[in-house]
This record gives sequence, structure tokens and C-alpha cells, in this order.
Amino acid sequence: MDRGMVIFLGALLTFTSSWLGLVLLPLLPANSTYPVLSALRVQYQEPFIEDQGGVVTSYPRPLSGSALRGKAIYQQNGCMYCHSQQIRPENFGNNADIKRGWATRRTVPRDYIYDKPIMLGTMRTGPDLANIGVRGYYADWHHKHLYDPRMMVPGSVMPRFRFLYEKRKIVGEPSIDAIELTGKWKADLEAGYEIVPTGDAKDLVAYLLSQDRTTVALPEARE
Amino acid sequence: MTEVGRNGTDDKARYALERARIDASCRLPTLVWICSGVIWLLIGSTLALFASIKLHSPEWLFPDVSWLTFGRVRAAHLSSVALGWSFSMAIAVSIWQMCRLARCEMIYPKMLIVAAVIWNIGMVVGVVGILIGYGQSVEWLDMPPVVAPFLVTGLGIVAAWTVATFRNRREPHVYVTQWYLLGAMFWMPWLYVTAVLVIFGLDITLLGMNLRFSPATGVVQATTNWWFNHNVLGLWLTPVGVGTAYYLIPKVIGRPVYSYYLSVIGFWALALFYSWAGMHHLIGGPIPAWMASASIVGSMMMLIPVAAVALNHHMTMRGHFHHLRYSPTLRFVVFGAIAYTAVSVQGAFESLKSFSEIAHFTHYTVAHAHLGVYGFYAMIMFGATYYIVPRLTGREWASGRMIRWHFWLTAIGITLYFVSLSIGGWYQGLALIDANIPFIRIVRGTVPYLMSRSVAGILMTIGHVIFATLVVMNVCGFGRSRSGPTLFVEKRVTSVYEPAALSV
Repeated sequence: MDRGMVIFLGALLTFTSSWLGLVLLPLLPANSTYPVLSALRVQYQEPFIEDQGGVVTSYPRPLSGSALRGKAIYQQNGCMYCHSQQIRPENFGNNADIKRGWATRRTVPRDYIYDKPIMLGTMRTGPDLANIGVRGYYADWHHKHLYDPRMMVPGSVMPRFRFLYEKRKIVGEPSIDAIELTGKWKADLEAGYEIVPTGDAKDLVAYLLSQDRTTVALPEARE
Repeated sequence: MTEVGRNGTDDKARYALERARIDASCRLPTLVWICSGVIWLLIGSTLALFASIKLHSPEWLFPDVSWLTFGRVRAAHLSSVALGWSFSMAIAVSIWQMCRLARCEMIYPKMLIVAAVIWNIGMVVGVVGILIGYGQSVEWLDMPPVVAPFLVTGLGIVAAWTVATFRNRREPHVYVTQWYLLGAMFWMPWLYVTAVLVIFGLDITLLGMNLRFSPATGVVQATTNWWFNHNVLGLWLTPVGVGTAYYLIPKVIGRPVYSYYLSVIGFWALALFYSWAGMHHLIGGPIPAWMASASIVGSMMMLIPVAAVALNHHMTMRGHFHHLRYSPTLRFVVFGAIAYTAVSVQGAFESLKSFSEIAHFTHYTVAHAHLGVYGFYAMIMFGATYYIVPRLTGREWASGRMIRWHFWLTAIGITLYFVSLSIGGWYQGLALIDANIPFIRIVRGTVPYLMSRSVAGILMTIGHVIFATLVVMNVCGFGRSRSGPTLFVEKRVTSVYEPAALSV
């Protein structure tokens, strides 16, 4: 066997091991003929459905409408590069993720089955956003924060997203959507003008408000 | 390695002539890929400075321009330096080394130039696409999937060329660098095609046939993504970097590699263990436990090939470290080789849970990443450029002083980068796992370190501008022509380089 063939076969076999184990195997459906293989696959790829006295909970739910469009805004602006969307389990880091109020349980694979693309994130320059929709931040707070983060959180290093907002002259009545500025931002705005979110801004906020991976207590999250 | 002839001078002259012929045949394609790399280095460095400054001073540098928002600039930076600079240089140094080690003149040079054009079309569309709002938020694969056919074609041509050159070789002995380059050229296209298909899927109609491949759902996207990203580092950049070091160190000091058997262990252990380590980017995340465990095992086992390579390089260099005073190539390459050992050892331990608990999600990992792609890989590519270009153009570098400035700016730059972000990131990590510390306090705590990183980045970028200037000067024929290599300082002993003695 000549050298070239040795290198080729060796490179092929070593690489194939991880390609099969880490890529191909998880792509196959979890419940299948061979129990051993089934245990190695990513479990629970179907939504969790619970029927309690006629009230049916199906979780997770795919995004639609404004929140779905908002996900694209989040994706295009690279929000993932500062914000994670995953909660680590209790035995990680003194259970800090949960103690910080970012969740009431860890996240598991089933939380992400409809995420396309999945944006788990690898940096926490900013806080985790896995459950930002149920942590008490209402739409108006988000608009003000996106317009200029330092207005809501002094000292923040988050970029401002004023390009998602429109400054326009008030015609007749102020818009119902207009956001309320405070402090020096209010002082800087000329009289007779208002700041109104664009459709993109509203979609982005709808996406943020849809983020909830903690309310439904998945059985596998308690393991 | 080619053997020194029995009839000393005759054989030496013959081999020198053969090398000169090979170099002449490699000239245009290699220079095209090097220039591609240098341009992407400058673009990537500019984007890097923007990203770094915006992170601690978000009101600076056009905060209201949508295509310069941090999230987009950061992704564009990564694509520019990882896929633009790093890939271009990998291909440039690989094609030249493959010709040299095969001891035959370059075949199909035009195909390599076509590949460069196709690759760069994809890159421009991709990076501009990210900035104007088509970024995918998939790490290392941010460029819109429309560029995938360009990148696959460009890379595929180079990979096929590599196999053809190898089969066409005149030199029967297969040197360790060739194993690494062949491995890299085999693995990279497979990695990229797999990642794009699994994460983005395929839905096209070709010649009346509808080809569909549904992308993965849920966390499988993430596991495939990090399998890909980590393997680009370890099965593409690492083989090219380490293989190049294996070629250049013996070349410059005129001594053979210390141990054949260590190089065998180094290569095969890398091939076996590295590809399992990728999941360490997701430790603590929503992935099956067995994947996380496998990644920690793979990461720790990497200590074996890393030790083999480090030992081999060190023992080869032993007794010859004084050459570092003179040779730019050697200094950059040895810096890179030492950084390789450091970043790999760090990476192995970083995967352990108690380490990962603290360092994950922080700037510490950014420091680690840059020690690898810059401290190791980029520095070796600088060294390789300083060796290869004069042999292609027949002109030596215009100024040893400028090379000195390049070296010190980038060496001090990456050291400051690594130290400041590692310390800042570590403190950030310790604070993140203490739920009593308010988040904004943690953010403010990182700011001084982020500012140090910007300073480091400025130093590195100035170094890159000097490097680019030197390359342009050489290619365009400016600067003095010399009869010996450009060194850092004058050398009074007889040169170890072939064939003439120094004249300064």
C-alpha cells in the first residue's frame, strides 16, 4: 500500500468517526430500531403535549407573524454575539443562571426544536435572553432600551438601534406608538417631534416578548 | 527532505536550480493567493478595530449606521479574517509547499487562479451581505448561503489540484508536511459541505431535477455548527500551520526534523482526537451529556499530539536558537509554534467543567481564540510569506527594519491582547457565577480590559499595514535587490542559507 493510500485511508477513517458520531447520528430520528443508538441520539424532538382537564398545552410553539419577522431582525443584527439563549443546569456555576432570575429551570434540547436558526450564543457580554419574554420587561421598556440602551441602563455598552426608530413631526395627535424619552434624551428632542418605532422595531420586540423557555416545566429538565 | 549530494557542490547547485525552476512555475498563482490574503487581512483588521472600539465605546464610530452596528461588524470581521485572510494564506503556502515537496513544477496554474477569483467573489458577496443585513447568525457561517457554491468550487479546485500534484510527484519520500496538507485538503471540503447542508439545507432545481435536503432542527444545528467551527481550526488551520512550521524550521536552520516517529504520532493523534473536541463550545448547554463528555475526552487527549509536535520542534531547534536573531521567517514561525503549544494546552484544560464554568461566555474564550488563530496561525503565515515571496519574485525584502517593526508590533500586540482579555475575561467569569453581583457591574468591570484590547489591536493593525507595504513593494519591484536574504540584523558568519554568502 503506497503512502498516499495510507494517508487517505487514515484521514478518512479518523474523520469518519466524528462525522458519524457527532453529525450523522443526531440527524436520525430518536426512536428507532436499536435502543443503544437511540440512547445516544438527541432525545425528545417532538413537542411536549399536556392535556389537563381539557386545557391542552403544546410546547414549544413555532413563531409566527410579527415575532417570526422579529427573529430575522435579531438574526441580521447579530444580537446573538452578545446575548446567549441557554440556561445552564444547577450544578454549573453555583446555579447562577437561575439565581439571577434568568429562568426557573435549565434549558433542554426540546426547547429549541422550532428555532431556525438556533441562536444559543457563546458570549454573555449582555444578559441571557432565553426567557426575556417572561421576566417582567414590557414592550415599552424594550423600545426605550433599543432606542438607546444607556437611557434605561446607565453604563451599558450595548449598541443603540436608533436606525430602527423614526423621528417625525407630530401631526395633530401624538402617535400612540411614540416612545417616552427621559433625561437628556428628552431634552435633546425638539419640541413637536416624536420617536416612533418602525415595523422592524415592533417585530423585534414581539420576538423578544415571545422568548419563554421556562414556564412549561418539561419532564426532562428535572433530571 | 532532499538529501545533500555526495558530490557536495555539484548536487547543491543542481538542487538549487531545480528549486528555482519550481519557484518560477509557482509564481503567479501563489502571489495571487497571497495578495488575496493580504487584502482580507487589511479589511479584517479594520473591521476588528471597529468592533473592538464599539464594544467599550458604543457612541463612537457611527453608532446610527445600521451596517456598522457591532453585531454585523463582528460577524464581518470573523468572516474576513477566518475565511478571507486565513484561507487565502493556507492555500498560498500549501500550493507552493506541495510543489516544492513533490519536486515538480506547478501543474494547472490557471486553475488555481480561477479558484482564487471564484473564492473572492464569494467572499465579497458574503462580507458585504453580512454588513447590509443578510447575516445568518451562525458562527463562522454568517455569510449568506448563496456564497456556498463559490466557496465550495474554489476550495474544491484547490483540493483536487493538491491530489493531482501529489500523484504527479517526482520525490518518492512523503514528508510530514505533505501528510498535514493532504489531510487538510481532504477534510476541509467535507467539513464545509456537511455544515452547509446540515445547517442551511438544500433546495434547488438543477436540470429539471429537484434536489432537496432538509436542514437539521433544534440543537443539532448547534452541534453540527461547533463540530464544523472547531474542526476548521484543528483540521484545516492547524495542519497548515504545523505543516508549514515543519517545513520552514528545518529549511532555515539547515537541519532535519528531530524525530520521524514523533511526527507520525503528532499527525495521527491529531486526526483521531481533534474532531471529537468541538462540543466543548457547548458545555453546560442543551446538548446530550455524552457529547459534552466525549468533547472533554477529545480535548484532553489532544495533549498527546501537541506534546509530540512541541517536542519535535524544540529538539529540532535545540542549539540553533541563535538564528532567531537574524531570520524573520524563523522568528515568526517559532513564535507561532510556541503559541500553538500554549493555546492547545490551555484549550485542553479549558474544556474541563470547573474551568469551563468560569470561562464560558466570557472574553476569556475570545483571548484563547485569538492566541490560536493569530498567535499561532497568523504569525506562522507571516513567517511563511517572508520566506516564499522573495523566492517567487527574485527580489529580497526592501527593509529589514520594517520587518522588525512588523514583528514587534504584532508580537507585543497579540501578547497584550491575550493577557488583557484573559484577565478581564476571568474576572468576568468569576463574577457571572456570583448571582449577587449585578450584571451591569460585571459589564463595567470588563471595560478597561476591552480598551487594552483596542490598543493591542491598533498595534497589530499598524504591523499589518507595514507587512502589506512590504509585500506590495516586493511584488511591484520597489526596494533594493540583494544577493542574500533580508535579515533583522547584519550577520558576520557565513550564511547557512543557500547558496551565496551575505552581502549587506
